[in-house]
Amino acid sequence: MNLSPALAEPLAWPEGVARVPFRVFSDPEIYALEQQKIFRGPIWNFLCMEADVAKPGDVRTAWVGETPIVVTRDHDEKLHAMVNRCAHKGALVCLKQRENLESLTCVYHAWNYSLDGKLKSVAFRNGLKGKGGMPEDFDPAKHRLQPLRVATFCGLVFGTFSDETEPLEAYLGAPMSKFLDRNLGRPLKVLGVHSQMIHNNWKLYAENVRDSYHATLLHTFYTTFKVNRLDMDGGIILSDKKWHHISYTKRSTLAAENEYETVHSGQYQSDLAGPELLKAWDEFEDGITHSIQTIFPTLVVHFTLNSLAVRYFVPRGIDKTELFWVFLGYERDDAAQEQMRVMQGNLTGAAGLVSLEDGCINEFVQRGTRTSPDEQAFIEMGGKVAESNESSRATEASVRGFWHGYRDIMGFH
Amino acid sequence: MAAQLRAEGQVDAATWLRIENFLADYVHRLDDGLIDEWTGFFTEDAVYQITTRENFEAGYPIGIMLCNGRGMMEDRVLALKTANVFEPHTHCHIVGRPDVKQRPDGSIAVRSNFSVYRTMESGETGLFAIGKYLDLIVMEGGQPRFKERRVILDSRCVDVLLVYPL
Ligand code: FES
Ligand SMILES: [Fe+2]
Repeated sequence: MNLSPALAEPLAWPEGVARVPFRVFSDPEIYALEQQKIFRGPIWNFLCMEADVAKPGDVRTAWVGETPIVVTRDHDEKLHAMVNRCAHKGALVCLKQRENLESLTCVYHAWNYSLDGKLKSVAFRNGLKGKGGMPEDFDPAKHRLQPLRVATFCGLVFGTFSDETEPLEAYLGAPMSKFLDRNLGRPLKVLGVHSQMIHNNWKLYAENVRDSYHATLLHTFYTTFKVNRLDMDGGIILSDKKWHHISYTKRSTLAAENEYETVHSGQYQSDLAGPELLKAWDEFEDGITHSIQTIFPTLVVHFTLNSLAVRYFVPRGIDKTELFWVFLGYERDDAAQEQMRVMQGNLTGAAGLVSLEDGCINEFVQRGTRTSPDEQAFIEMGGKVAESNESSRATEASVRGFWHGYRDIMGFH
Repeated sequence: MAAQLRAEGQVDAATWLRIENFLADYVHRLDDGLIDEWTGFFTEDAVYQITTRENFEAGYPIGIMLCNGRGMMEDRVLALKTANVFEPHTHCHIVGRPDVKQRPDGSIAVRSNFSVYRTMESGETGLFAIGKYLDLIVMEGGQPRFKERRVILDSRCVDVLLVYPL
């Protein structure tokens, strides 16, 4: 047990990764430290889809932790990310989610920046009629929008504040990059977007999305409708630092049947009155029919049957998190395939038949724990360590993996 | 989106009143918790969608909820009654004056604005959603029914979750 020096009231972390002190979900000081050590630390934050900034002049607002960010593509097609904060008095420079601009102008006193964030001009710099204006020693080159490093992978744009962050592909690691490439590595088409405000600390969602133990217990839609799910192979893969994870399932036993189904689509046997909901086709040769992948700290990619989506969550306060859904298809999809993705879109999102519970379940934990900062969660399903497990998903290994990475980066040893 | 296409045709006062009653009836049944009566407001092949203004204007096909036909609506009702887990709450809809237009094919296009207040088990009441309904209504056996009801939320963001139809 070790005490963290950075907190006024040191945090005593119980041994191992199978315990989590409830204090981490409700202590404002820890929350503030996370903004610095995690979001502004040596990690790559997901910013937006590359499709959001596809054309020169495209501007997209985003966040890193609570910090407002603006992502741009300049006229040389180069991507930039910077803090959305004017170098004059700190006003937000961009207000719209998305726009296409020649340059960025702050509305307050009209300071004007090029798309790479450099200050181009200052209104009334030389004053009016020889009076007023900036002092002689004013140097525009010393003022600019604070830049982040930017990198892209498979249509995802990432940014980091830290010079120490390793290159993006190293940060992801080979198994994670390979799986992202499997799911996103071809021209993507956005099919829909929305968000959900959930009333819990961001880490509760980070845990929840790694929690393969709860999936079939809390989300009972599949069992209620007797959707045909034979015993399926599946497993969990953790990245080297255990920050990222993949959980996957193979509907392998059903694959053979599909061969004699009409065209390339198969259907679940179920009690659904509207079976079109689960009309699906086998998309990949590896037999994986459901997967969820996380990239620390706040990115998720899910592929359920043919429903592909990027989710990311943004802390909006210690007990408030905005969860974004970006539903995707591929440019190559035909109309029937797109329609299947559209109907399967009902499974997830704010009204998702197998995901809507997650909108409230983390709030229940928030409400249950906030008055007991000194108590702790007990996370021993599947063992006490955080290791990959390619044979069972009845485990909380990925949740422990998250805490392993979290303790590391926060210095809670 | 078919409901967007507006014919110029005005409807007579009797039809207008009937449509207005139909719209009021729909929200009152939902607000009174008569969820089993929900699908009865639709034709067998009706489309019911909840989406956001952002998706609608971008032409994105995936919103928040989409039912193709009454079967899928029945599945939604059964799911929310037996499978889905959420904190108990009720809705109260306030619907503005509708804009009712006769279309050349005999159907009626209706647009109305709405707000929905949500009351939680804790007693807390607050605004949950605002937006507009874009409807296509047809007569079936003398009864108005939705052939299409698109619920377009002003906000991209749903508070907590959405489980009851709007
Ligand atoms: S704050 Fe932006 S120009 Fe003054
Ligand atoms: Fe879940």
